[in-house]
Amino acid sequence: MMKKLMVILLLLSPLLVGAEARPLGDDPAIEARLKSLSQELRCLVCQNQTLADSSAPLAEDLRREIRELITKGMTDKEITDYLVARYGDFVRYRPPMKPQTALLWVGPGLLLLAGLGGLWFTLRKRNAQLPDDNEEGEEA
Amino acid sequence: MKGSMKFLLPLAIFLILVGFFAAGLKLDPREVPSPLINKPAPAFRLPQLGAADKTFSPEDMRGQVWLLNVWASWCSACREEHPLLMEMSRQNAVPLIGLDYKDTDADANGVLTQAGNPYKLVATDADGRVGIDYGVYGVPETYVIDKAGVIRYKQIGPITEEALRDKIMPLVKGLQ
Amino acid sequence: MIPELGQFALILALLLAAAQSVFSFTGAARHNEIWMTAGVSSARGQFFFTGMAFLCLGYAFYANDFSVLYVASNSNSALPLQYRLAAIWGGHEGSMLLWTTTLALWTVAVTVFSRHLPAVFRARLLGTMGLISIGFLAFILFSSNPFDRLIPAAMDGRDLNPLLQDPGMVFHPPVLYMGYVGFSVAFGFAIAALLGGELSPEWARWTRTWTTVAWMFLTVGIAFGSKWAYYELGWGGWWFWDAVENASFMPWLVGTALIHSLAVTEKRDAFKLWTVLLAIFAFSLSLLGTFLVRSGVLTSVHAFATDPKRGLFILAFLALVIGGALTLFALRAPRVGLGGRFGMVSRESFLLTNNVIMVAAAGAVMLGTLYPLFLDALGMGKISVGPPYFDTVFVPLMMPAIFLMGLAIFARWKNTELPALAIRLKWAFAVSVVTALILPLVMGKWTPLISLGLLMALWILTTAVVSLRERLLKRQGSWLTALINLPRAYQGMIVAHLGVAAFITGVTMVKGYEVEQDLRMSPGDTAQVGSYQFRFDSIHDEPGPNYTAARAHFSVTRNGNPVTVLEPEKRMYTVQTMPMTEAAIEPGLVNDLYVSLGEPVSNQAWAVRIYIKPFVQWIWAGCLMMAAGGFLALLDPRYRRRNKDQQEGEKA
Repeated sequence: MMKKLMVILLLLSPLLVGAEARPLGDDPAIEARLKSLSQELRCLVCQNQTLADSSAPLAEDLRREIRELITKGMTDKEITDYLVARYGDFVRYRPPMKPQTALLWVGPGLLLLAGLGGLWFTLRKRNAQLPDDNEEGEEA
Repeated sequence: MKGSMKFLLPLAIFLILVGFFAAGLKLDPREVPSPLINKPAPAFRLPQLGAADKTFSPEDMRGQVWLLNVWASWCSACREEHPLLMEMSRQNAVPLIGLDYKDTDADANGVLTQAGNPYKLVATDADGRVGIDYGVYGVPETYVIDKAGVIRYKQIGPITEEALRDKIMPLVKGLQ
Repeated sequence: MIPELGQFALILALLLAAAQSVFSFTGAARHNEIWMTAGVSSARGQFFFTGMAFLCLGYAFYANDFSVLYVASNSNSALPLQYRLAAIWGGHEGSMLLWTTTLALWTVAVTVFSRHLPAVFRARLLGTMGLISIGFLAFILFSSNPFDRLIPAAMDGRDLNPLLQDPGMVFHPPVLYMGYVGFSVAFGFAIAALLGGELSPEWARWTRTWTTVAWMFLTVGIAFGSKWAYYELGWGGWWFWDAVENASFMPWLVGTALIHSLAVTEKRDAFKLWTVLLAIFAFSLSLLGTFLVRSGVLTSVHAFATDPKRGLFILAFLALVIGGALTLFALRAPRVGLGGRFGMVSRESFLLTNNVIMVAAAGAVMLGTLYPLFLDALGMGKISVGPPYFDTVFVPLMMPAIFLMGLAIFARWKNTELPALAIRLKWAFAVSVVTALILPLVMGKWTPLISLGLLMALWILTTAVVSLRERLLKRQGSWLTALINLPRAYQGMIVAHLGVAAFITGVTMVKGYEVEQDLRMSPGDTAQVGSYQFRFDSIHDEPGPNYTAARAHFSVTRNGNPVTVLEPEKRMYTVQTMPMTEAAIEPGLVNDLYVSLGEPVSNQAWAVRIYIKPFVQWIWAGCLMMAAGGFLALLDPRYRRRNKDQQEGEKA
């Protein structure tokens, strides 16, 4: 009798004292990979959101799909390729390096180099043009 | 570079930008072209709507030019193209297969009884997996598939009269 | 009746804006005082009528006049009053009206605070601003009229987008627009100077005040928006590199460069052309942002209902204003002098190098934002450029800028010796490097990025400390009075730079040490996240004014001691039947505790997202410090000198 009561109490205990919350996904490692992958992927139906952030039905389907692909043992690259084969490069928030995107990736560096180079030459030319004045510089 | 020419550089760059913006006004940034064009239509085998014992696979259509129209009862834009689909089925120009995307059979049947059924048959993709294989992101979408089972064209969004007249039907005629 | 009054006021405002331009430019060309005064009066009248139109629209929202199409589309009788008023700028038409009203406000401020300016210069400035007003007023009247009637009137409105029903909506857009539009004054100064061929250190001093005020508003406005996204969108992000965010960030970067470049022009009469060009760029980028948001050429979470016809109008206007300005620049630039000489290593060269980096960074943001459009227009496919790209590209660009920031405050004008600089800064450098390497180890997780981020923040901090120390050692009296007696411009610079350090600290810490858990929780469940225990006590329905909410109750404890109670909500807005997540946040100096409710998973259980976000508040505190630094700099006596000029001018 006592034993039975104990069992019932034990069964009920989660309701009485509360249990430790369970993670939404079964395997935290898979969830972590899903998160890092889906942050680089675009939710196609949304205006401009990552798959990780979106709660659109298609985004949920795609997250489920990715979770299954991870479970199957596919690498991140294989999974990305899987999605690109279906939706095109548009799904990738990190555009692939291709001839069309070369300028996108080297552009910022070029801008910086061109700017610094331009500044260097301008300053040199400028100093050659200006007379050397010797008045005392003031503190700011 | 001549001394005063370099001062024109900002203006020149700006004018190029304006050119791109003007071109951009005519484009729809939300329309994603399908990478599946000219690739074999992904295989699947799905139950048919209203005939649970029968299934459909793209293989069944081998040797024919056909349209795969992705739709759903919850999709309001699908109603826009529905009259055109009905018209097509009356003319019997090309076999029209429906793919009922993330829907329940009851709802789908409801719509078809009410508004008419333009489809030769409808395959049901209840969990949307085949949709993912076809790169469906906004319903309705329509694929033109040739005799060899290769996707030749994808209409994103409702079929319009212009799209039907200028793109889809000429393509279908050519393929047949 | 009231909406018609508003419409009429807008027409009058357009006519007065035209008068403002015509009188001002003609007066300037003829050196005719009367014409120029008429220009000033027209500008004030323009403000009066634009403001009146704005109030009329506000009244239509206040009175729930659903016979006005714009009100019917953006409001609802159940909407609380503060959101009904914020709904004035909740849609395209009204936000354009806010734009023009802000522009008129800046114009009238110019008429009031510019008596010290030469009359002809001032007339050209007002004339230029009038041209911009004409464009926007005409745009509103001809393609985006907020006063269009809806006949028959709607029974009730379609409601403001629930995402916008937030205190953030009340403050963020007006403050942001004050910043955006404020750059029009700097633009006007640039055009007036190019027209007159007078680019003097005084010109830089005048421009600097206006630019700094606009920049402060822009800084605070962007920070508001970021904070709003953080708590409203429910996943705790604060910056998404979305096209519209970038559209506000580009003018900010260029505006920051402009403030520093103006310093060089003011002090040393140098690099005038570069400064003028930056003034043109800053406002051009504001206009560009307006075009990008409203034309539909890019996808964005913030985009207004878009319409290519409107896009065409703004594009034409953009081409006219910016194209005209750049043409004027190309014509006048060859005649502008070079200014004072300075060495390759000097404060000037450091400031200019940083300027170049800031502009290159703005260019990179622009490249990333517009690249999908470029490819699409050339028929080369569709791609997306998102946060992974910008993070990869932007951080390396900013690193040299941060390093130079520390150096530049020590460098002297005209010429500075690198070896001497190295000796003065060796301790700052050593302390920064060692701390940046060790601190992450103490905090339990070391990655190169965390170390690098901390290094940048520490470098700014230590160089500021060394600089302060050097200055304070020279003084007599208590260090506190000495601190207060430092030049305001210097104090402002230090505060703003420390703001950058705080910002970088926040970004680094939250990216490096954020804890996130996605949980399934039923009432009674507890979760251990970091060192905190979150207990999901209960959930109950809670009616709101225009929504119904499920409100959860979480008690948070740490080692058994109660910390706080968090009540996240899941709301369903009744009119648009749109679910919204209201996260509950306990902000803190060191940690934010963040709980948001997902969807119900089963009968009792909910998906719950719990975050611990270390130092995240530092991000916005840093922005506020930057703005405060700008404010301090404005208090510098050399900017107040002109008030005296002004009083004298009034007496005369």
